[in-house]
Amino acid sequence: MKKRPLALSLTVAATLMAVGTSRAQDADAAAIAANTVVDHSEGGRYFTVDDVPTYNIAADGTMDWPTYSGFRRYHSECHVCHGPEGEGSSYAPALKESAVRLDYYDFVDVVVNGRQVVNAAQNSVMPAFGSNPNVMCYLDDIYTYLKARGTDAVPRGRPGAKEPKSDEIAAAEKACLGS
Amino acid sequence: MYRTLFLTTALSMGFAATASANPALQALIDDPNNWAIQTGDYANHRYSSLDQINKDNVKDLQVAWTFSTGVLRGHEGSPLVVGDIMYVHSPFPNIVYALDLANEGKIIWKYEPKQDPNVIPVMCCDTVNRGVAFADGKVFLHQADTTVVALDAKTGAVVWSVKNGDPAIGETNTATVMPVKDKLIVGISGGEFGVRGSITAYSIADGKLLWRGYSMGPDSDTLIDPEKTTHLGKPVGPDSGTNTWEGDQWKIGGGTTWGWYSYDAAENLIYYGSGNPSTWNPAQRPGDNRWSMTIWARDADTGVAKWLYQMTPHDEWDYDGVNEMILTDQEIGGAPRKLLTHFDRNGFGYTLDRVSGELLVAEKYDPTVNWATEVVMDPASDQFGRPQVVAQFSTAQNGEDVNTTGICPAALGSKDQQPASYSPKTELFYVPTNHVCMDYEPFRVSYTAGQPYVGATLAMYPPADSHGGMGNFIAWDNKEGKIKWSLPEKFSVWSGSLATAGDVVFYGTLEGHLKAVSAETGEELYRFKTPSGIIGNVMTYAHGGKQYVAVFSGVGGWAGIGLAAGLTDPNAGLGAVGGYAALGDYTALGGSLTVFALPN
Repeated sequence: MKKRPLALSLTVAATLMAVGTSRAQDADAAAIAANTVVDHSEGGRYFTVDDVPTYNIAADGTMDWPTYSGFRRYHSECHVCHGPEGEGSSYAPALKESAVRLDYYDFVDVVVNGRQVVNAAQNSVMPAFGSNPNVMCYLDDIYTYLKARGTDAVPRGRPGAKEPKSDEIAAAEKACLGS
Repeated sequence: MYRTLFLTTALSMGFAATASANPALQALIDDPNNWAIQTGDYANHRYSSLDQINKDNVKDLQVAWTFSTGVLRGHEGSPLVVGDIMYVHSPFPNIVYALDLANEGKIIWKYEPKQDPNVIPVMCCDTVNRGVAFADGKVFLHQADTTVVALDAKTGAVVWSVKNGDPAIGETNTATVMPVKDKLIVGISGGEFGVRGSITAYSIADGKLLWRGYSMGPDSDTLIDPEKTTHLGKPVGPDSGTNTWEGDQWKIGGGTTWGWYSYDAAENLIYYGSGNPSTWNPAQRPGDNRWSMTIWARDADTGVAKWLYQMTPHDEWDYDGVNEMILTDQEIGGAPRKLLTHFDRNGFGYTLDRVSGELLVAEKYDPTVNWATEVVMDPASDQFGRPQVVAQFSTAQNGEDVNTTGICPAALGSKDQQPASYSPKTELFYVPTNHVCMDYEPFRVSYTAGQPYVGATLAMYPPADSHGGMGNFIAWDNKEGKIKWSLPEKFSVWSGSLATAGDVVFYGTLEGHLKAVSAETGEELYRFKTPSGIIGNVMTYAHGGKQYVAVFSGVGGWAGIGLAAGLTDPNAGLGAVGGYAALGDYTALGGSLTVFALPN
């Protein structure tokens, strides 16, 4: 159930050559929609039908607080390797693409536990951030920001209007940081 | 040809050899056929007296040979040449090759250390390494994981090896090391991980630790003498490394030491700069945060600080003070002075008396610098030596969670580590610069050992009234504090320059061009596009009577991270994409060395 969006993309990839581009794109779009469209919200956070965190951009461009918070935290914790706005760098991949391509739980797994691709051609190492409150307390925020970048729901640059920080989010942040 | 010149130089250097206790190394450095130290000489001039390639014939320069390092990451620093052997290094995994110049560059030996790849993500901003050093028949490599290893220069065999730090708490290395007398001077990186910076002297013979001086902490840690160590002419007093910090913040206080060092044998002083205080959020570390952001003069034998000058008290912008100190002997007002010139990340070009630490000049070397109006030069003022911060651009005054906009320069500084050169013929400094501004929003972060400890969000972009590019290559007069000429560049100039007696100055660009310009006018005389963007330093040497110019290409480093995708234009409002050139449109990864010479 939770893995549905990923399973769908894999099917798409497997049938891509057979069915031609247009149908594949439709299916891809459907997968992205399932992984991004808001189904319900709780305490200032937004979720898909699968209870996966997602962004919420109002018609006037106002952004949900967690996605804005993700913009800030990304540019503190991730940007020095992955480049500005999830665009990637000479050093590390474009996370705006990873956030769309990877299942939420796989994304979380890589951030918490890290990942190494070390061979003759590549020395690519993602550290484990599981013990880092500056990342872990904002993991969903960073995820929704990158997903919003990956679908172009949010442009490059500093976000404009944002929803206020809800009391629930403020309380959770305080508890998480322990300060 | 080579032997004759070597002998002559060695004889003429006899007098200097008594001041420097490593006469063999001094002689190698003084022989212009060699490039025996990363910085060209102990004074960091990056100047060669070779003049076979000159302003009239440099237009005929050709590629003589090339060498691939086999590594894709950013390639900083340069090769060394000592006699018939060239020593080439790579970024992580930090391979060292010894190439036989007498045998078409055949590989004599190769050294590849085994390092835990977990060090890679602990290195802020790419796994660069700024090269090896040579002394007493040994080649010294300071690996990413802070292992300092001495290799037999003829065979590559490990003579000794020592750990300078611990990557598990964020301590890493990107810098070269400096051999002085019987000691090897070694720094440390990790200012973005709450590392407390230090500089350490190891015995060249066996790697024994001889002294270590921290950038902050009790006097016994900083090797500061409260009575004798001076700041702007006055003794600093007791506990100066802790009494401008709140609580124990100094223990994770930053002030790392990853720049290029210099050495004055007559004064027996080592010069270098300490980096930014940790975190980037100034609200979490009230006070001046001494001695981060400081120019240091330390005794080579004891490590004791003779004088200090803190350029940016209580940093609010990450204006890391590590850039090189260039030592020159010039006349000011008819009197000979022993000067130190430093182009700081904060956008000011400083000239000091390097014996006493007296501040002589502090002027902006990019006219867009706006975070401070001036550095107060009146010794009677209580603000003497301090930059006058503009409230609008003060991220501390604006406070946590507030986005301060339009600050120039950006955190990467008007100049980063990419070293400038100096020609005694023109008395000009040739400085690779960045022309980039930023928005900076500090916020609270908590410290976890070995994890990033940053605490600010940044957005970078070219100045509003820029020529459209993100860099300049300038000629600077350090006595007047004035720009003599300035060449606009599309991207930050991230390559160390080289000045030569042939009246030619060389530098590389991020698109990958090696450029040669007139030392007098800046007029472009030659360009060649190498396989990848250049963040390495240009060097020169002679072999078999022929002068060569060489440079690494291999884009990466902070430039590769910040500029790969291009910067957005803040003036175009929300939704602007790719307002400025993306480096990715010009070059791709790949480490190689390109060696140039005139046609036969």
